[in-house]
Amino acid sequence: MGEMEELRKEAESLKDQITAARKTVQDTTLQEAAAGITAVGRVQLKTRKTLRGHLAKIYAMHWGADSTLCVSASQDGKLIVWDSITTNKVNAIPLKSSWVMTCAYAPSGNLVACGGLDNMCSIYNLKGKDGNVKVMRELAAHTGYLSCCRFLSDTEIITSSGDCTCVLWDIETGTEKTIFAGHLGDCMSLAVSPDFKFFISGACDFTAKLWDIREAQCRQTFSGHESDINAIGFFPNGNAVITGSDDATCKLYDLRADQELNTYQDSSIMCGVTSLAPSVSGRLLLAGYDDFNVNIWDTLKSERVGVLAGHDNRVSCIGVSSDGMACCTGSWDSFLKIWN
Amino acid sequence: MPVINVDDLTDKDKALMEVNQLKIEVKLERWLTSKCCEEIKDYIQAGVDEDTLVKGISEEKNPFKEKGGCVVC
Repeated sequence: MGEMEELRKEAESLKDQITAARKTVQDTTLQEAAAGITAVGRVQLKTRKTLRGHLAKIYAMHWGADSTLCVSASQDGKLIVWDSITTNKVNAIPLKSSWVMTCAYAPSGNLVACGGLDNMCSIYNLKGKDGNVKVMRELAAHTGYLSCCRFLSDTEIITSSGDCTCVLWDIETGTEKTIFAGHLGDCMSLAVSPDFKFFISGACDFTAKLWDIREAQCRQTFSGHESDINAIGFFPNGNAVITGSDDATCKLYDLRADQELNTYQDSSIMCGVTSLAPSVSGRLLLAGYDDFNVNIWDTLKSERVGVLAGHDNRVSCIGVSSDGMACCTGSWDSFLKIWN
Repeated sequence: MPVINVDDLTDKDKALMEVNQLKIEVKLERWLTSKCCEEIKDYIQAGVDEDTLVKGISEEKNPFKEKGGCVVC
């Protein structure tokens, strides 16, 4: 018992030192620093396209790098690759397991991936020789559900799991290259930095962690949320992190100051954040909530500047295309909508 | 490489992991928040004019424009 008590005391002391170090560099808040900047005004986006075809709840979507194609995953047991401009279905891929929770598009456009309650990440080749889309690899080692996955390239992918770990995989051999352990609760979401050197994870232990991919190390841990973190993303310049939580708030953490710069909340919002995406300049934060809406926040002024109301059920996923031209929302109502 | 099963870790394992991680994090060199806020502001200002979701886009230039009706001339 003595050892546990010592370790606990040491942890408390180190945490106090970190808190003090963070306070020392806190010479302004983001809202103070942005006081002189003109407010962005009301943002009113319209639904331009509705992507119809899934027969059950949509759990995830991800834009392809070309800003036209996107992939969505539904518990109807299908992955659909859409042309968002024509609304045509480019591929409709039947899955072995319909309990899918995440999907991803490789930057090359050659592969898509998905996974869920099967605890596996399945990789599909969209550009196979005979034109049929087949499973290329099944990455199996997690002992919990697959909550999120993101490609680094056609040969590497990172997954997050309900088993509290994230894993970097070698797709060709189908094996784990690195295991990132440290979270004490289910990992719910991950995002890769624009330079592909780091990734961030959000978990049910209420923290977000920044991981150095090649050094295989957790560099920083961000606290402050009062409930599970469901969604996470990088601010477009890669130097800040945005999180969305069941505590009904989103937070902006700066990596270099190692602390929270802003919280996006309103007393009228009492339901959890399910998904988030910043606009291409970083000025807007679009966040999906359990109450069927997407709230649009001015990241500098911390004010809500718009709402996307159009789904008849929970907004489960959201993404802004890489050229910033449009935002896509996916919902439990089985539809995806394209807005700008 | 064996998968680390968090359920198999003892309380002492977890406490040790936490202390080791905090020892890494306590050494971090931290920037002044004023410098970080400036960088965020600058980054946003540099890109906001091209940000379609902020500035909007004209119907002709919008690749997602809703299909219009047909006009018979």
